[in-house]
Amino acid sequence: MAAFIATSARSVLTKAASFTPRLSSAFRSGSASWTQISTSGSSHFVPKTARFSTASGILYTKKGRPGPGQGFQVNFVMQDGEEITVQAHEGESLLDVAWANDIDIEGACEASLACSTCHLILDESSYSKLEEPTDEENDMLDLAFGLTDTSRLGCQVLMNKELDGIVARLPSVTRNAQQ
Amino acid sequence: MLMLMRLSFIARAVGHSTRISAARPCSLRALSTSTRVTTENTAAATTDRTSRPFRVAVIGSGPGGFYTAHRILKHVPQATVDMFEALPVPHGLVRFGVAPDHPEVKNVINTFDEVAENPNFTFIGNTTVGTFVTPGSRKANLEIADLRPHYDAVLLAYGAHEDRILGVSNEEKLKGVMAARSFVGFYNGLPSEQDLPVDLSRSDTAVVIGQGNVALDVARILLTPLEELKKTDLTEKTVKILEKSAVKHVYVIGRRGPLEVAFTAKELREMLQLPNTTFRMDEKLLASEMERAGKSLDRPRKRLMGLLEKGIKESKPDQPKSWTLMFLRSPLGFHGNDQHELESIQLGINRLEGDAKSRKAILTEQQENLKCGLAFRSIGYKSIGIHGVPFDERKGIVPNMDGKVMDKDQNIIPGLYASGWLKRGPIGVIATTMADAYQTADTIIADWTRGEPMLNTNKETPKAGGKAILEKLSAQGHKTVSYQDWKKIEQKEFELGARVGKPREKFLTVEEMLKVLD
Ligand SMILES: Cc1cc2nc3c(=O)[nH]c(=O)nc-3n(C[C@H](O)[C@H](O)[C@H](O)COP(=O)(O)OP(=O)(O)OC[C@H]3O[C@@H](n4cnc5c(N)ncnc54)[C@H](O)[C@@H]3O)c2cc1C
Ligand SMILES: NC(=O)c1ccc[n+]([C@@H]2O[C@H](COP(=O)([O-])OP(=O)(O)OC[C@H]3O[C@@H](n4cnc5c(N)ncnc54)[C@H](OP(=O)(O)O)[C@@H]3O)[C@@H](O)[C@H]2O)c1
Ligand code: FES
Repeated sequence: MAAFIATSARSVLTKAASFTPRLSSAFRSGSASWTQISTSGSSHFVPKTARFSTASGILYTKKGRPGPGQGFQVNFVMQDGEEITVQAHEGESLLDVAWANDIDIEGACEASLACSTCHLILDESSYSKLEEPTDEENDMLDLAFGLTDTSRLGCQVLMNKELDGIVARLPSVTRNAQQ
Repeated sequence: MLMLMRLSFIARAVGHSTRISAARPCSLRALSTSTRVTTENTAAATTDRTSRPFRVAVIGSGPGGFYTAHRILKHVPQATVDMFEALPVPHGLVRFGVAPDHPEVKNVINTFDEVAENPNFTFIGNTTVGTFVTPGSRKANLEIADLRPHYDAVLLAYGAHEDRILGVSNEEKLKGVMAARSFVGFYNGLPSEQDLPVDLSRSDTAVVIGQGNVALDVARILLTPLEELKKTDLTEKTVKILEKSAVKHVYVIGRRGPLEVAFTAKELREMLQLPNTTFRMDEKLLASEMERAGKSLDRPRKRLMGLLEKGIKESKPDQPKSWTLMFLRSPLGFHGNDQHELESIQLGINRLEGDAKSRKAILTEQQENLKCGLAFRSIGYKSIGIHGVPFDERKGIVPNMDGKVMDKDQNIIPGLYASGWLKRGPIGVIATTMADAYQTADTIIADWTRGEPMLNTNKETPKAGGKAILEKLSAQGHKTVSYQDWKKIEQKEFELGARVGKPREKFLTVEEMLKVLD
């Protein structure tokens, strides 16, 4: 899988923020401060720290987040096939990492093992490095859409060195609703 | 919209490696999807819809309504959503269904609160829309026809608030026989169920008919040590009744076999962990059914059967309390005493027939009688039609295609949508309802973006939304409840709860709820 750096066009969202609900929960702590800089004529906000650029010229990273080469790499594959590579701190859950990087994964019960909406499908090698899911996690996985042999709940997988480079795919939500 | 077009241009220009991201996760997909819709549908640019508000009315504030609203607001910047709720308090079954000892499930409310903080969202509580077709139904505050002139789209998400009946003798006549739905509503503080006569002191044996998660919720509430329940938001009124409860043994009865149970692993596990409670079921039946199914079981079912096996093996005999799963039994009728109190249930014994995936229970000649003083019918909820909207009586849903409501000739009704339990029937956990609500939202967004006909033609002047409606209601002297109002009611509930060490103490009547706002 081609790894690449997450980029963002943030400035355009300042307006959009008016239709964006607040982020109350601690889990959605995307607290970032952004610096506006100019690229190819249009302006974008980027954070004051650890900025980096890509071929597209759009800059992005977040204050308090590990930059490329720091932390551990997580590769999310979205439902439409889009791949997003971000960096994780040690001990962060995949759901935390996703939320901290504005990757829209559901987490309806806010990591309390009561919803299965944070279901992710992992690459086999990373999956095999993890400890077995607990009974409680398996109970919830049983309700997940499109369960596979390498499915885990994103709120239960904690990042560490061994998982550096993990690939986590969002399942495509089908209408074959479960119980 | 211009803004979105620019984004889509950027997206294309930089190809696959561009990450369009938002300051907050919520708006992230909003943008990327809007982008997609825009690029796919050039038609959008030719309608006037890009520049004027998109007025949506939502009927019902459960997960079906809220998750649909969430997605629409996220993806269509100019959308405004007015959410009508019959009660002064929002969240539907998350408040009045989900068990008090499952507080973690209720975390979804945080997302609903976020939606409600959107300036384009208005909650209009204490306002029923659509009179139910059931004879004798109370007239609604507003009819669908009243909304039509003011909105581009109306979403029906009013859930399922009746229940299915067995249709056997004395089912609705005897004291002690009740719908699980009513009991659940009672213990969760649903105003309309507060007059339910609940007496748990008469008998030590209760029967729950049906083997779904609602059945296990009821059984668990009856058997959980009261000390545990007192720490939850179970109403004080129910605590008082449970203090006098004599119930020690609960039978959970299914008409089919163990392979067909409708409850899920988490809920079964909780039942198996009840302290001082023996678990019983027919071990031989389980073994023979598992052998019969062989390798055909999928993972969830296999785990569930494994859990039953383990439950039998690890169950401590002769505990002061017990619960029993009984299979292959269909109630034939309820027997009462001279005071019209339940004494026993007559059960017919079934055998199973048909294809392994959809076996049917067929009554045999054999019967048995089970003594009990309480019986809860837990065989499913049921939606009811409202005037002016198509309804499929047989399926108990508003007929629809991916959320678009259809009339009886399968013609699409422009601008009318359904989501939640009303759309697909009263099954599914919140995650299922959410996925389904998102599907309806995507249908609505696509219709709007593509310039499909809605409750208007594109040439009409834009709709005014809820303002006119609110004025009309206020002129009639009707009191509506805003989300800020609800937050005041909730604050009061938190305060009352804190005094007794509970997360909240719910108000039990609409009057008490409204009084907070005086
Ligand atoms: C007892 C019980 C326990 C459950 N526990 C869990 C659980 O632990 N975990 C889980 O994931 N799922 C659980 N579920 C499932 C979950 O509650 C449903 O999936 C979900 O609530 C369905 O959402 P809905 O919006 O379709 O309906 P509802 O939640 O019922 O919402 C419908 C809303 O519409 C309002 N309304 C009705 N008529 C009108 C009208 N005419 N005008 C205006 N408003 C109206 C109602 O007052 C209500 O607020 C449980 C369900 C039940 C019944
Ligand atoms: N904790 C949770 O996650 C939780 C809690 C509560 C509810 N929920 C969800 O809410 C939904 C509704 O739950 P539910 O328990 O009301 O419905 P359900 O899961 O559909 O279960 C209904 C039960 O009633 C039985 N039944 C139906 N008609 C019958 C009849 N005529 N005679 C005898 N038995 C009959 C069914 O058996 P047959 O299969 O033979 O029809 C089934 O066992 C479910 O999806 C459930 O998972 C979830
Ligand atoms: S967020 Fe609910 S189980 Fe992970």
